[in-house]
Amino acid sequence: MNLYTRRILTNRIGIALSMVAMAFGLAALMWILWTLFYNGFSALSWDFFTQDTPAPGTEGGGLRNAIVGSLMIIGVTTLVSTPIGILAGIYLAEFGATSKFAATTRFVTDIMLSAPSIVVGLFVYALMVATLGGFSGWAGSVALSLIAIPVVVRTTENMLLLVPTALREAAFAVGAPRWQVSLKVTLRAVKAGVVTGILLAIARVMGETAPLLFTALNNQFFSTDMSQPMGNLPVVIFQFAMSPYDNWVSLAWGGALLIALLVLGINIIARVLFRNKSSA
Amino acid sequence: MSAPHTIADSDAILSVRDLNFYYGDFRGLTNVSLDIAKSKVTAFIGPSGCGKSTLLRTFNRMYDLYPGQRAEGQILFHGKNLLDKKQDVNLVRAKIGMVFQKPTPFPMTIYENIAFGVRLYEKMSTSAMNERVEWALRKAAMWDEAKDKLQQSGLSLSGGQQQRLCIARTIAVKPEIVLLDEPTSALDPISTAKIEELINELKHDYTIAIVTHNMQQAARISDFTAFMYLGELIEFDKTDSLFVKPTKKQTEDYITGRFG
Repeated sequence: MNLYTRRILTNRIGIALSMVAMAFGLAALMWILWTLFYNGFSALSWDFFTQDTPAPGTEGGGLRNAIVGSLMIIGVTTLVSTPIGILAGIYLAEFGATSKFAATTRFVTDIMLSAPSIVVGLFVYALMVATLGGFSGWAGSVALSLIAIPVVVRTTENMLLLVPTALREAAFAVGAPRWQVSLKVTLRAVKAGVVTGILLAIARVMGETAPLLFTALNNQFFSTDMSQPMGNLPVVIFQFAMSPYDNWVSLAWGGALLIALLVLGINIIARVLFRNKSSA
Repeated sequence: MSAPHTIADSDAILSVRDLNFYYGDFRGLTNVSLDIAKSKVTAFIGPSGCGKSTLLRTFNRMYDLYPGQRAEGQILFHGKNLLDKKQDVNLVRAKIGMVFQKPTPFPMTIYENIAFGVRLYEKMSTSAMNERVEWALRKAAMWDEAKDKLQQSGLSLSGGQQQRLCIARTIAVKPEIVLLDEPTSALDPISTAKIEELINELKHDYTIAIVTHNMQQAARISDFTAFMYLGELIEFDKTDSLFVKPTKKQTEDYITGRFG
């Protein structure tokens, strides 16, 4: 066997192995998606979006209270974590190249990125729920923000570090102070990347269950009062999926499908945004 | 020994005296002294790594962005030492503008690219700003190409146009000195010719200091030329004299293409 045939053979084996690995990973994903659609699709109906979670033993019902609750909690999470995350990211990338404080922040952020979400939930429980006397939507948002902020911080920092030095210098060269260079030039140059980071952070917290279990808890009734326990999709799924009632289980599948579709949608938007920006 | 550095029959707008520059422990410039003549074009030539860009970047304190880089000595501008710690660096940069090797339009519209710098130091009405933008674009020979797309992104222009936009952006702030750091090395010959033409126009109103790898370019557009080598100023003279009868062996070797 000469060198050339051996190389072709090695190449084929390499490709075959990676194809198998890919098929394996993809199959698992497809299986999950297929199961979700198979079990969840029939639950999606008009009632699913307009009725509240049913009491035990009653027929029908929907997830209106949980959907609205989730949207509100995640909405507040986004409003809180976006400015904090972006500003912290700017600090790390533009101001904190050498300072100890920045290095510490970066280290803590990395730990937070991989911290188990149940720890975050317990922390907020001890901080807000136990002391302020009750589960609430606010506590849920705080817990989710603690998970979302590190994601936004790191993507913002990494994006800003990709800005060519020449662009930064050019902005300084017209006499702009550092904060203007950061906010008006470099941040704008990586806008798509930062927005992508925010979207991915939202997608990340959308399915978080553990932090909400200890904070927002759940609410069987429709409520927009963030200072009270609040219905939300992950916790409803958690409770309903293990219940003996068929309609509850079906609603849990529907809720899981809804979350999966939302996360999928957000990821697609993020990809399109990022691709358009990169090609421009 | 320091090279002859004064310009007998011209006013100096910038006087560099005994300038030493350090990248950490490495000395990038050694005892550089020279005068930049007002309303003239001064070119800096020399092989890569000779310190010509380093020198240019001391004039607007660009090195300040990087910890570990420092300059010692004097650069006098209107009687004040630019290297003084108390100097307002942003103000210096507004008075001494800079255009870089690669075109660097800001990620905003053509109009905003120019208005951005102006707004930092001047408050003006929209109509005054419109006039200023047009004025700057005309000065940079960009008006005819840009006037119908002022609201388009600066990134939509071609490389040569982007570079002229950067020049327009720099002069819109009304600096006294314009520093050009190899402004044409990323451009095609036609765009290069346009920029050179532009430099000739601009020197009536501005003092220009240009770093270039292209000796023909230095010969074509500059009034004075400084030849640098290994962080030292080897020779500094009127461009005509330096290219016709260089006094130093190293200068002669370089301009005749024997090294560099």
